Amino acid sequence: MFDVLTRILRTGICSEPLPRIETEQAANLQQRIWAVLGRALCIRQVDAGSCNGCELELHALNNPYYNLEGAGIKFVASPRHADLLLVTGPVSVNMEEALLRAYEAVPHPKLVVALGDCAACGGIFGESYATRGGVSRVLPVDRVVNGCPPAPPDILRAILEAAQGKRQALAAATAT
Amino acid sequence: MAEFNATPDFSGAFANAGALPSNVPCRLIETSREQWLRVAEALRAAEGMLLALWGHDERDGGQGFLVYASYLTAQGLLVARLCLRNGDERFPSLARLFPCAVRMERALHDLLGVASDQDDERGWLRHFGWPREFFPLRGENRLQTSFPPTPEPYPFVSVEGEGVHEIAVGPIHAGIIEPGHFRFSVVGEKVLRLEERLGYTHKGAAKRFQTLSLAAGHRLAARLCGDSSVAYAWAYCAALEALSATVVPPRALWLRALALEHERLANHLGDLGALGNDAGFAVGLTQFSRLKEDLLRLNQAALGARYLFNFVQPGGVECDLDPKWATDLPRFYSHLDTELEQMRSIYDEHAGLQDRFRGAGVLSTATARRLGALGLAARASAIPLDLRVDYAIAPYDRMRTKIVTQDAGDVAARVVVRFQECLEAMRLCQRLLEQLPSGDIHSAPRVAPSGALATGIIEGWRGPVMVALQAGPSQSIRHCHVHDPSWQNWPLLEYAILGNIVPDFPLINKSFNLAYSGQDG
Repeated sequence: MFDVLTRILRTGICSEPLPRIETEQAANLQQRIWAVLGRALCIRQVDAGSCNGCELELHALNNPYYNLEGAGIKFVASPRHADLLLVTGPVSVNMEEALLRAYEAVPHPKLVVALGDCAACGGIFGESYATRGGVSRVLPVDRVVNGCPPAPPDILRAILEAAQGKRQALAAATAT
Repeated sequence: MAEFNATPDFSGAFANAGALPSNVPCRLIETSREQWLRVAEALRAAEGMLLALWGHDERDGGQGFLVYASYLTAQGLLVARLCLRNGDERFPSLARLFPCAVRMERALHDLLGVASDQDDERGWLRHFGWPREFFPLRGENRLQTSFPPTPEPYPFVSVEGEGVHEIAVGPIHAGIIEPGHFRFSVVGEKVLRLEERLGYTHKGAAKRFQTLSLAAGHRLAARLCGDSSVAYAWAYCAALEALSATVVPPRALWLRALALEHERLANHLGDLGALGNDAGFAVGLTQFSRLKEDLLRLNQAALGARYLFNFVQPGGVECDLDPKWATDLPRFYSHLDTELEQMRSIYDEHAGLQDRFRGAGVLSTATARRLGALGLAARASAIPLDLRVDYAIAPYDRMRTKIVTQDAGDVAARVVVRFQECLEAMRLCQRLLEQLPSGDIHSAPRVAPSGALATGIIEGWRGPVMVALQAGPSQSIRHCHVHDPSWQNWPLLEYAILGNIVPDFPLINKSFNLAYSGQDG
């Protein structure tokens, strides 16, 4: 136990500042998410035929450097708890139904981010008997993150931007 | 190449077969239907292992369908080829001798429409996204063909008895994990049976390869299994270089090995953290994910990318290593070495962790041998199998790589193997840097003769990755098959989980950490 505590203390806090997004400081946005939602932005990730590269970079977002949960954003196990569906892969036909069911289970307004070149346009796999050629062929997509695989700061920025969209969508819904 | 007609004894099959271009000793043997089985029997008796099974449509060349099986033997890789002529679409199953053949034969049927005589006729890669009678690898079928999904049932093997019930998990899992389906039959919490269903990430890779040029295929190979992209790309390039008799400059080979060991290290670091987390020790995850991030950033600075998808190129590597890394990299290894030793001591002395690790998910040596376990999983069950030693290619022939083995075959053993392989990978990296030859990092690939076949095989972090590559006219790919060791190792998990409790499944699964996309293709 002593070893563990010493190690935690010696490592210290190594989290880095959040990336800037187009219109506002990310840290400020985090407070606004909190103000609107009263809780963290919840993401359900669905691998729709990815090579696992994008997933590895999503794991990285949870490491102490990027500290995604520190920004008030977390990955959840059920799409019913999610505000945002983060989809990787060119949408293999074998995953299509599971992806659609996950999408149906996400409450409104359903935000969808297509992550990586495959999710964006099918990538190197394109459209074939086995792949649909990108998430937008199957679902309405709010934001696309290119890269093979995209670097963690790029993913973080896209999630923050999508969250901003979420805030605006919620504000509009409240106004009407 | 040798045509066996009268020779009844196949124990010397390797020595008698014709040479096949490869980065390791490799032979090709043409077989009749009877010989197809006799070769397999002889190799089983000689403790050879079935590695891959695949097929190709050669009807346009007048040959019918070709079925290939590759075996790891003491002398090298032996490829057996069976030609199905005159509309014949059935071949003798190897599953009786090599149980791992079952799924590969099912997959071959899904793709090429040639069936073995085994009992299991369920689709493996084909779920219901394309019609039963559409076989993508047949020449008349096009890659860009789209079908509406037509759901059909998939009968799992059921277990009956008082109090037995099923738990269905997946294809979407709770965390950020690749998709697959697990069907548990349980009594209380105890697992009586696990049946895996994979194929969810099948992306038509074998057919896609046929639309690419030989010079572009490595890009696809590197994107079939994101955590093993160096191993995949190297195996592809090794096959291409053997095919075209291209000599790769030594410096490029040393840098490929450096990248491959970094890949091994990155995966082990990630999994050691995840294993701690799955046993309720979150500090393990934060510490190891921090160390992994340090390594990925180092990759970016020294080798040009966090994940080295484009590093291995036909004829060499993408970028050179700046001389400053000759001292900076060893400094990092020495730092990481200290951190790893501390973390190992914490893991070893943590009663809660050891309680979960020890005795969980035991894979006995006998079961591992029977099922043809490969790579890391085999080594943790006391089977010293590592192609970096067994078929040492350059630069591993000068590295005196130590094979790390453990006897217990449980989660704890796989954890220890990972710790020790991290240390060994760093020792190898040190040696690679000390011996790094000067000179070019790339040589222009030469022309590959149309119709020629070659193999490439590389020991990735999970185990051997094999590529079989045939050139077509005008430097195109005639056919390309990529094999991931997970084909062999997924069935191991079905045995390792028996008698364990359901909540230990994530931990046991993670201790193997097998590929979904790499297997699905």
